[in-house]
Amino acid sequence: MFGKLTLEAVPFHEPIIMITLAVVAIAGLGIFGAITYYRKWGYLWTEWLTSVDHKKIGVMYILVALIMLLRGFADAIMMRGQLAIAEGASQGYLPPEHYDQIFTAHGVIMIIFMAMPFMVGLMNIAVPLQIGARDVAFPFLNSLSFWLFVAGAILVNVSLGVGEFARTGWVAYPPLAELGYSPGVGVDYYIWALQLSGLGTLLTGVNFLVTVFKMRAPGMSWMKIPVFTWACTFTNVLIVASFPILTATLGLLSLDRYLDMHFFTNELGGNAMMYINLFWAWGHPEVYILILPAFGIFSEVISTFSGKKLFGYASMIWASGAITVLGFVVWLHHFFTMGSGANVNAFFGVATMVIAVPTGVKLFSWLFTMFRGRVQFTTPVLWTLGFMVTFTVGGMTGVLLAVPGADYVLHNSLFLIAHFHNTIIGGAVFGYLAGFTFWFPKAFGFKLDERLGKGAFWCWITGFFVAFMPLYVLGFMGMTRRLNHYDNPMWQPYLIVAFFGAGLILCGILFQLAQLVVSLRNRESLRDVTGDPWGGRTLEWSTSSPPPFYNFAVTPTVRALDAFQDMKERGEAYLRPDHYAPIHMPKNTSAGVIIGLLGAVFGFALVWHIWWLGAVSFIGMIATFIARSYNEDVDYYVQPDEIERVENRHHANFAAPRSVLNTQPVAEQI
Amino acid sequence: MSHAHSDAGAGHGSYGSYAIGFILSVVLTAIPFAMVMSGQFSQSVNLISMLVMGVVQIVVHLVCFLHMNTSSEGRWNLVAFLFTVLIIVMLVGLAIWIMVNADMLMMPWMFQ
Amino acid sequence: MSSTVMHSNHAVAHDDHAHHDTGGNTVFGFWLYLMTDCILFASVFATYAVLVNHTAGGPSGKDIFELPYVLGETALLLVSSCTYGFAMIAAHRGFKGQTLAWLAATFVLGAGFIGMEINEFHHLIAEGFGPDKSAFLSSFFTLVGMHGLHVTAGLVWMIVMMLQVSRRGLTDRNNTRLMCLSLFWHFLDIVWICVFTIVYLMGTI
Repeated sequence: MFGKLTLEAVPFHEPIIMITLAVVAIAGLGIFGAITYYRKWGYLWTEWLTSVDHKKIGVMYILVALIMLLRGFADAIMMRGQLAIAEGASQGYLPPEHYDQIFTAHGVIMIIFMAMPFMVGLMNIAVPLQIGARDVAFPFLNSLSFWLFVAGAILVNVSLGVGEFARTGWVAYPPLAELGYSPGVGVDYYIWALQLSGLGTLLTGVNFLVTVFKMRAPGMSWMKIPVFTWACTFTNVLIVASFPILTATLGLLSLDRYLDMHFFTNELGGNAMMYINLFWAWGHPEVYILILPAFGIFSEVISTFSGKKLFGYASMIWASGAITVLGFVVWLHHFFTMGSGANVNAFFGVATMVIAVPTGVKLFSWLFTMFRGRVQFTTPVLWTLGFMVTFTVGGMTGVLLAVPGADYVLHNSLFLIAHFHNTIIGGAVFGYLAGFTFWFPKAFGFKLDERLGKGAFWCWITGFFVAFMPLYVLGFMGMTRRLNHYDNPMWQPYLIVAFFGAGLILCGILFQLAQLVVSLRNRESLRDVTGDPWGGRTLEWSTSSPPPFYNFAVTPTVRALDAFQDMKERGEAYLRPDHYAPIHMPKNTSAGVIIGLLGAVFGFALVWHIWWLGAVSFIGMIATFIARSYNEDVDYYVQPDEIERVENRHHANFAAPRSVLNTQPVAEQI
Repeated sequence: MSHAHSDAGAGHGSYGSYAIGFILSVVLTAIPFAMVMSGQFSQSVNLISMLVMGVVQIVVHLVCFLHMNTSSEGRWNLVAFLFTVLIIVMLVGLAIWIMVNADMLMMPWMFQ
Repeated sequence: MSSTVMHSNHAVAHDDHAHHDTGGNTVFGFWLYLMTDCILFASVFATYAVLVNHTAGGPSGKDIFELPYVLGETALLLVSSCTYGFAMIAAHRGFKGQTLAWLAATFVLGAGFIGMEINEFHHLIAEGFGPDKSAFLSSFFTLVGMHGLHVTAGLVWMIVMMLQVSRRGLTDRNNTRLMCLSLFWHFLDIVWICVFTIVYLMGTI
């Protein structure tokens, strides 16, 4: 009836977990209680959970990402704390079987459930606005993608209290990940969490590609597309090309585990190395998926706050395209030591080094953008400058690791750990935090407190260097990754310093939480009245903050790159038409929520071998999808009077010339 | 509302194109099957002809059944398809290269 | 999401064009999804290629493949591609009854294909050559089975389409969906070309 599930699945004997669960339960009850007390369930359901509005979906993605950041970071602090003390006779407070789950969960959460949704959330908020569209191509699919992602996140979090998580590291190599060496449910939680959220990501990739290909405002030819949208487009190409590989790989692993097949087992002909090969064929494009949008954000931030157009826009696009294609011929550098020989290693090593070139092109373009500009040192600019310094270090250590001979010494050492945290934190996370600050006023209508933002930045960047530079040294000293205990007293001072670095980053996160609270409290004084708090150059800044639900009352006509800046220079910004036409908008739907949540049930059922529940929930997912397809009442028209009211409210905020739009013909979309 | 536009984004065919596609596909299927089943040809001859005819039959399907063309409607479909082919060639080609090399070094007796 | 651009006489035409394009967007989006499905299959093909000789003392392809049987399966699928094409021509001309008839024919042929495949799998498992017996067999069953699952999903979709077309007729929405199913069905026939060439034919020579 319940498969393998029994009460023993709850780790009552693990105090750390039980305390965490208790805190989560209390916090959860508090939030649920508050929502009930203020009678907001209806509002939450109709305005947010069933929304197909890209702006709201984007906000929800980022909210979940920030919550998962807290959990992933808690894992990090626990690991740093353990390593700071667990030398020689001291065993620390985390036994290996617990520590292994922590580093696995840390990796899975930070990459799949923090960085990816943060990126997808920013893409959701900004891209349709940047191209002058009213929503994405497939709004229902967008909602479904979000809820599939939530299903994955639910599984990862439930694994903490019911059962266990994988102990294999975030990559889950066989044969360790096979039934023989991981007989518990941990790897199964991992598999289903990634399959569900991976499907959501894949659908997002398709959705945004069609959106950018087909729904740009008239006149926005390819080389007039804002650079962040270009970056996201390349990212979506990477997503649609690489995520199927992950689906296949994890599918084959689950066939091994569930149906006793032999793709990657030791016995009966399996080849574990094929998993590693396939996994990284996805895994390497994945890191470019994380970094390209961050590069796009830096471009937008730097040009906006330097008051200049981006230097070398075309070369930036080509460089991103080169990175996209090259990203598919380098994946073996994750396993130089696996024994494919010198020729194979040489090819992939050279290809890896070549990728550093377009990245360098971008760095120079950003520097040249700032040159002779009037740079305002706002928080997003600080994140950008911090990125330039930090990512350069990480990139250089990457080029070092790309030399197969060097990698033989440094593979799986703390040098590697330092390198990828260097690039992911210094590149992706700094980028998303810059984008968060940059677009926050657009999403919510008020800016974030600058002083606390700067405080957060300085804690983060100092904390990063203090936490990770010692790890480079430790890598050279021979310390490997994934150790919960060590016997070399020479390593300990560095690990203690690293622990303090993690503490500094914690201060940065606390600054950011404080910033949210304080900004919310002071939102009237921080209000973004015009919709353009920074003197923006792209179309999202031409709307109010937050934008009306239909984004644009009149689809703008684009004549140049940096379309809004161009409109300002022509004196055409904020013009109003003399009448409005009805606008076609999609209706909200519960189908995405239902399918997503059934997905979580499906995953949970398969983890615990509750076959009847798995079948029922799977059929439920299909049935809901089919039922949705029968629904013809999925859209409506917003009437001109409502549009006029919304637009009047916005334009009353500032004096705008109330003149008629000029009557030039619509430029043909090229 | 003219139904002629309702499948914009992909072309549409005639009985003729399906008939041609069908006949070509039958031929391109029958030949390799007959060659292999007869046992009259060497392994490499069989291999090359089945691969070539398989590729040709895929193109026949793409043109006659999926109506892939270079018209303005179908252009992005073609671009997406070519890009996918590129990815697949790189993925499968490099993967096999990697694994065969690993096997040669790890299990040299299999290659003696 | 269509709108009229205020300051032009293109307004009405633009609205119509945009409204029609939502069908075009759907088909293009579905095409992109099919490209991802290609890569999914490619990954499993690559795995098959790596593991094809890992028979662990058990049977290899030569021992278990029956080419005449596979030829029969191929014929069913190929003819079903044709019948679906005829269904699309009928839909294009607005002939609801003909469309449904050709869809039903396609369904029967497709179901026949699946029946033959289930029969083949059943026999192999009964003889002790199931997917749990070697890496080669795991790869064979998974690759062919994955194609079969896709075909089955197509059959379910086809039933839903027949129901929706018979109830609501050949509306824009239904035509768009029929187009997507058409792409899906032909794409599966293309994958089958790869399957019979790389698995069955190459496995026999």
